[in-house]
Amino acid sequence: METRVNQVLEKYPDAERDKLIPILQEVQESVGFISKEAVLEISQHLNLAPSKIFGVATFYNQFRFEPKGKYHILVCRGTACHVKGSAKTLEAVERELGIKAGNTTSDGLFSIEVVACLGACGLAPLVCINNEFYGHATKDKVREILKSYRNKEKEANNG
Amino acid sequence: MDKIIEKNCWSEAGTVSQELLKKLSEKDFPLKPGDDESVKKLTRETIARPVIYVGAGTCGLGAGAGATKKRIIEYLNKNKKEADIIEVGCIGLCSAEPLVDIQIPGKTRISFKNITAEKVVPLLDDIFKGIIPKDMVLGQFQSQHDQKWEEVPCLNDHPFFAPQKRWVLVNCGIVDPLSITEYVSRGGYASLFKALTKNSSEEICETVEKSGLKGRGGGGFSTGRKWKFAAGEKSEQKYLICNADEGDPGAFMDRAVIEGDPFRLLEGMVIAAYGIGASKGYIYIRAEYPLAIERLHIALKQVREFGLLGNNILGTGFSFDLQIKMGAGAFVCGEETALINSIEGKRGMPRPRPPYPAVSGLFGKPTIINNVETLSNLPFVFMKGPDYFNSFGTKNSKGTKVFALSGKVERTGLVEVEMGTTVKEIVFDIGGGIPNNKKYKAAQIGGPSGGCIPESNLDIKVDYDELKTVGAIMGSGGLVVMDEETCMVDVAKFFMDFIQKESCGKCIPCREGTKRMYEILKSITRSRKKETKEQTLDRFQGVMQLQELAEVIKSTSLCGLGQTAPNPVLSTLRWFRDEYDAHIFDRKCPAGVCKDLLTYKIVESDCKGCTLCAKKCPVGAIKGVAKAPHYIIEDKCIRCGACIEACPFGAIITE
Repeated sequence: METRVNQVLEKYPDAERDKLIPILQEVQESVGFISKEAVLEISQHLNLAPSKIFGVATFYNQFRFEPKGKYHILVCRGTACHVKGSAKTLEAVERELGIKAGNTTSDGLFSIEVVACLGACGLAPLVCINNEFYGHATKDKVREILKSYRNKEKEANNG
Repeated sequence: MDKIIEKNCWSEAGTVSQELLKKLSEKDFPLKPGDDESVKKLTRETIARPVIYVGAGTCGLGAGAGATKKRIIEYLNKNKKEADIIEVGCIGLCSAEPLVDIQIPGKTRISFKNITAEKVVPLLDDIFKGIIPKDMVLGQFQSQHDQKWEEVPCLNDHPFFAPQKRWVLVNCGIVDPLSITEYVSRGGYASLFKALTKNSSEEICETVEKSGLKGRGGGGFSTGRKWKFAAGEKSEQKYLICNADEGDPGAFMDRAVIEGDPFRLLEGMVIAAYGIGASKGYIYIRAEYPLAIERLHIALKQVREFGLLGNNILGTGFSFDLQIKMGAGAFVCGEETALINSIEGKRGMPRPRPPYPAVSGLFGKPTIINNVETLSNLPFVFMKGPDYFNSFGTKNSKGTKVFALSGKVERTGLVEVEMGTTVKEIVFDIGGGIPNNKKYKAAQIGGPSGGCIPESNLDIKVDYDELKTVGAIMGSGGLVVMDEETCMVDVAKFFMDFIQKESCGKCIPCREGTKRMYEILKSITRSRKKETKEQTLDRFQGVMQLQELAEVIKSTSLCGLGQTAPNPVLSTLRWFRDEYDAHIFDRKCPAGVCKDLLTYKIVESDCKGCTLCAKKCPVGAIKGVAKAPHYIIEDKCIRCGACIEACPFGAIITE
């Protein structure tokens, strides 16, 4: 993992503070989350106190400090989605997977994240799994979608 | 010319500038000066074989456009048919996605709605036989060159499009967003070329001020005046930032504009940079918009290649380059100074103003921050001239405004209307009213910082000043419609939850106050069965302090987010007091949304005694014997709703 952090840092020689957020974003993209070790590495590279880096990273919603699941589920809780019943969608996802938003299932397959708005409000309520958008995701539909991912995973394991 | 515009909700395409092409030919631009044939091909005035356009914006893809496109390719290969497939952005009618347009040589282009993968084969079968499947038609485009289809309605007459005036969205959903030649063939970059070669920086600022264009991101400050502040500053380095951090939940105008017509934004940015004398720029865009970011990168590569960005743009000696900064998800970063902090790699917290960013902004240099829609208006302003732009709209609000219409409305999507259009027209004419024969309750305009428009104010005009009179704001353009099944207290609670999470924490009134307001709202929507006397007292005290708290937050917060944070509560309190009263005094939620205030009941006459509900109930709150009506023990009921889902006879109701 450290090498992956280093690979990102190598792309930013002589970086200054304004590169901090892009670096954090790339580390998260490559590793999946921001680990303590990564914060320390970045701190050395930018010559910036780890507390400052942690302060920035925790300020923004995008950064996570735990690994995410193989299928990362974004549940949109924007206004339009709320009006169209996204609270029930979220509840269904949580119930179906047995975890709360922000957590990852113990098998590491699924993780749930609540986002403010995915920006496709015409299709509300909206769920996004690994960059794949699912519109009109009512609680029943979302159960179907999750089932299809589970089946896919089973087939992959058996095959 | 003007007559055509009156009939057509799309502004007419511009004409390609030959001088520009001459200049571009130095950089091996594929479209050569005088090559009218190619222009006709690029604007699809003449086509050699059928063209199939697939709407592939984020909403289109969400509705299944990817599968649709795959199926189209399979169909063409299998049946040995030849056609060009073009991925376009979003034309705006999200509720009809996936949209597929088909143009056959010599005939006008027709748009088909809801073409999911399984409809591809029947649609194309018909098309290649020369039949138009009427049930799938959305409408045909207007064209002067092609023969009209008989008995096919025009898109211009479609209720969704007819009242619109599409200036910023003119290309969205119509052209290939990734082709610069196509953009240029429709008159793109002609405005920039004219501005750079014929105008001084001062004239640019003057023109924009004269046009009456105001910031479309919410503030509504005169764009030209703002530029003049920065233009008047002496500094070796100035910055231009495009704010595409569309954090307002329920708004997606910026995303759609960038996905559907990225070159328009880039052209507008160079014009703005020239006006204020900036040599460096940023596009600060949300990371949640991967497709928009990808398309911007592709567009940037092309404009750099042809010298439309970078050093010595179009040989005029003016240099400007820009880079994309991905936002990291913070609502407050839509605020100018917070956005600057974020680009500098700090926590996105606002700074006190003055100094204004126009004087001392990014890295302490003069900086202008404009919204995507504002910048995308510029090519049009310069194409038509400031007076033309100024002649549309109302006294203090000129031009058009793009709205993202969503929520409980028949037709959702992206609409662009002339300023001065009423909210009623947008919701009922364009949006088609409320689905399922429900009643309109309110429209939330301007997102969490805005307010709601009740039925009594539906005739209000879209105008910066007029919207303020009813406690709403223009905002960035989110318009969420709510029907009678929406609880306004719940909506206020939703917004306060959002805002208290997004408060950056700098000012105490906003940080603590919004949290307390959220708590008060939670307490009035909570069940009171297990409430102690102290809690009851707290609850009533809280309600009495809600308004006062709101006023304090409003007047003592530093930034726009804090100052407008209590708006959702103030606005719903003003227009829907009765709903608050019902929650507080009658302990009822009239809309049936607030779960804790509902009572579940079994209608005896409808219950067949199938015992399904009793089996499903997780807490054993339903009792009864088989084949006889059951009943719910209210004290035990946790209001999970499992019984309603389980009941095959619809015998369980909520009150």
